[in-house]
Amino acid sequence: MSSGLAQPRIRIPRSARAGEAIEIRTLMEHPMESGIRGANHAAVPRNMLSRMVVRMNGETIFAADLRNGTAANPYHVFFVRLQRSAEFEFVWTDEAGRSVRATARVAVS
Amino acid sequence: MTTASRRALLLALVALPAAARADAALEAAMREAVGPAEPEEGGMALRLPALAENGAQVPLTVTVDSPMTAEQHVVSIHLFATRNPTPGVASFHLSPALARAEVQTRIRLAEDQQVVALAVLSDGRVLRATAETRVAVGGCLG
Repeated sequence: MSSGLAQPRIRIPRSARAGEAIEIRTLMEHPMESGIRGANHAAVPRNMLSRMVVRMNGETIFAADLRNGTAANPYHVFFVRLQRSAEFEFVWTDEAGRSVRATARVAVS
Repeated sequence: MTTASRRALLLALVALPAAARADAALEAAMREAVGPAEPEEGGMALRLPALAENGAQVPLTVTVDSPMTAEQHVVSIHLFATRNPTPGVASFHLSPALARAEVQTRIRLAEDQQVVALAVLSDGRVLRATAETRVAVGGCLG
């Protein structure tokens, strides 16, 4: 997907046991420029990611709406319990509607 | 809003117009996120450093006591900064596929302040947790 957005970095195990909780860490390089400088709320052009969506086997399992208080290079850690092998899809979208997508597979034995 | 907090807001409106405007924006953002339900204290932990060296990158962990089953789980968690130029930080939408109702992220804080987390549960209840953080260097480039 050509978007001008950076490639996200995702840390997720390649395999897990059935019923095990796995930790997923995501880091998306982005300035998260709110445009705010002191009392001036439009000091520089705004450039913000607005949403991250995580799907497991096509179903949304976690999503984040990101607002001004989210730090640059949005970083998220969350925990998923797997019963069977799963395909994960991660999508970040900015306020201009551009998006970037990444995928990962976790094999459950 | 309770009578006491309404009175407090009214006093703030008289004494500190700028602070009162910030309180009104915070109140509106919270209502938009969780609706009219009155939040209950407890059942959720919000962890931030007591002193953040760099307000631009403050680590935050929010954990709700929840079995995360189809019948009983956390639907969403909403974070607010009470003394940033705008109160919204992030809203997380959870599902029973998550092993636990915990999210870690990094936020920006302009100055010393209280951070508020609200969690909406599948039974309609709303939980509230707060944390106070002092900020050595503000994170809103102001």
